[in-house]
Amino acid sequence: MTQPTDKKRTTRRRFLAGAAGLAAAGASSARADNAKNLPPNVADWTRQLGEGVGVRAYGNPSKYEKHVIRRTVPWLTATPESSVSFTPLHQLDGIITPNGLCFERHHGGIAEIDPNDYRLMLHGLVEKPLIFALDELKRLPRVNKIHFLECAANSGMEWRGAQLNGCQYTHGMVHCVQYTGVTLKVLLEQAGLKPNAKWIMAEGGDAAAMNRSIPLGKALDDCIVAYRMNGEMLRPEQGYPVRLVVPGWEGNVWVKWLRRLKVGDQPWFTREETSKYTDLLENGKARQFTFLMDAKSVITSPSPQAPVKQKGFNVISGLAWSGRGKIKRVDISLDGGRNWRAARIDGPVFDKACVRFYYELDWNGEELLLQSRAMDDTGYVQPGKDALRKIRGVNSIYHNNGIQTWALKADGEVENVEVG
Amino acid sequence: MSRLARLGLAVTLLFALAAPVRAQVKDDTPRNYGVGRVATPGQIAGWDIDVRPDGRGAPPGRGSVKDGEKVYLDKCAACHGEFGESAGRWPQLAQGKGTLASHDPVKTVGSYFPYLSSVFDYIRRSMPFGDAESLSNDELYAVTAYVLNLNDIVDDKFVLSKETWSRVKMPNQGGFFDDDREKTEKAFWNSNPCMKDCREPVKITGHAQAVDVTPDEKTQKRGVE
Repeated sequence: MTQPTDKKRTTRRRFLAGAAGLAAAGASSARADNAKNLPPNVADWTRQLGEGVGVRAYGNPSKYEKHVIRRTVPWLTATPESSVSFTPLHQLDGIITPNGLCFERHHGGIAEIDPNDYRLMLHGLVEKPLIFALDELKRLPRVNKIHFLECAANSGMEWRGAQLNGCQYTHGMVHCVQYTGVTLKVLLEQAGLKPNAKWIMAEGGDAAAMNRSIPLGKALDDCIVAYRMNGEMLRPEQGYPVRLVVPGWEGNVWVKWLRRLKVGDQPWFTREETSKYTDLLENGKARQFTFLMDAKSVITSPSPQAPVKQKGFNVISGLAWSGRGKIKRVDISLDGGRNWRAARIDGPVFDKACVRFYYELDWNGEELLLQSRAMDDTGYVQPGKDALRKIRGVNSIYHNNGIQTWALKADGEVENVEVG
Repeated sequence: MSRLARLGLAVTLLFALAAPVRAQVKDDTPRNYGVGRVATPGQIAGWDIDVRPDGRGAPPGRGSVKDGEKVYLDKCAACHGEFGESAGRWPQLAQGKGTLASHDPVKTVGSYFPYLSSVFDYIRRSMPFGDAESLSNDELYAVTAYVLNLNDIVDDKFVLSKETWSRVKMPNQGGFFDDDREKTEKAFWNSNPCMKDCREPVKITGHAQAVDVTPDEKTQKRGVE
């Protein structure tokens, strides 16, 4: 953390950060260049020494990147302790989300757990109920996996039409990091499953003690009891010191601050899998246990918070993911879905992980209706919003993976629009 | 070193060089690593709070609608409203019957929750908001009974306990079905999606800017100073 030595400097920094934030929020005019730093002049940072090592013992992004933050929609919830903040997708690239920018969804605030006092209890239909301390979990065989985590309610505000004008708000309840931990399978083997074991209940140790039922098949397939993300210990907002990783499934079942795993012979039908995280259809009946996140994609830039600044050659950049497997292809449309062409996927393609795609074009101010369409290796093709509404109506809140449309205008501004 | 010994060493070295370097292979055969300790019944009892639809896991105790009203007005009404109608954006607990198929569904304990346990287990683990797991078992039964009463699911004289658990019938128990996307949304699987002239020329039918609910930068906290 930087430590300003005088008040004046702090104030100036605040002003600069604020100006950068405004530019990022919409205005296409960037902050004016300072000629004294530009050739033929030699910039201050070239003449003067900078801070030495150790000053930034845990490094932060450049002070000029202070606008790259998680943002909230204050009207959305009654209280910040049970609420959500969104990943600034429009300001990121590649497939890995930086730890401090991974969206948050808490139901009872951030639990601050002392790792010495952390315990994971594993009981129920097992031969031998067990308790693990954090150091004990770390002694078990480890795996490293890169997976996306998407909240089932991502894009949930968009069912009835274009509402929030920013990719961060429409799609920012997703992140993708590398997890390190022990497989749930190995943990369950330590306790020994009884023959009638069929479901697992995962429970958090936070003030919501969130609990969800997970079928045993998934638990034994690819779930991870994880304690690290991107190499370092989990962030408190992401469940420090231990969370459940349930690849490809809705974020709500990835229980954070994991304190208990109970094995049972049927699901628990907890509040979070009945009153919430069920998908109400037009006929008043609701789908339950809709764990899987279907294939989805979004153009992250340009987007309403990341307008096009200059005509000529530009790069369209976006993210795609599928809970059913690997992303196989991403198509781009410039005319609202009338014609499509394949985008270029760049970087690694992992199972149930985000992939990065690009589409490069010369843009000379013509108005475009930008869309992206993901396809996974099961052949699932991301549907249009109307196709989705035809089956599900507009009341289901969750699992909106419909194709997003951004209108790129002649001045480079971008708007979230609905097309028909 | 004798000649023979030297020869032996050479042979050993030769083998060592020729042998491929083999990484340790991940062994997936189940194994007991001897890590972790047995959880005692006493330890389990303190955390084992989940309750299932059939009432398994429900603690001893009982509570009447009448006693529940007092608990509710004391600890719940400030957010959920005196009659479960909700204050502000806090969850509404009562009414909403017959709205699930409408344009504005109101999901409450009475209109949406499928099981008594879905309510009871939730209150037990996370309510009152900000003072979780503070209710006594009798208060827990009582306040749950009162919320059921607000929804006309039980009468004013009802006393909730393990014994009366199965008498509670939630109106929307039959309102749910298991995920059927692979059947009902089969059309979304298509190995050859349309690439050209897939639809008529497209018109913009809705603008997010017209809705005007996107937060502005003033509502956001800045990054680390």
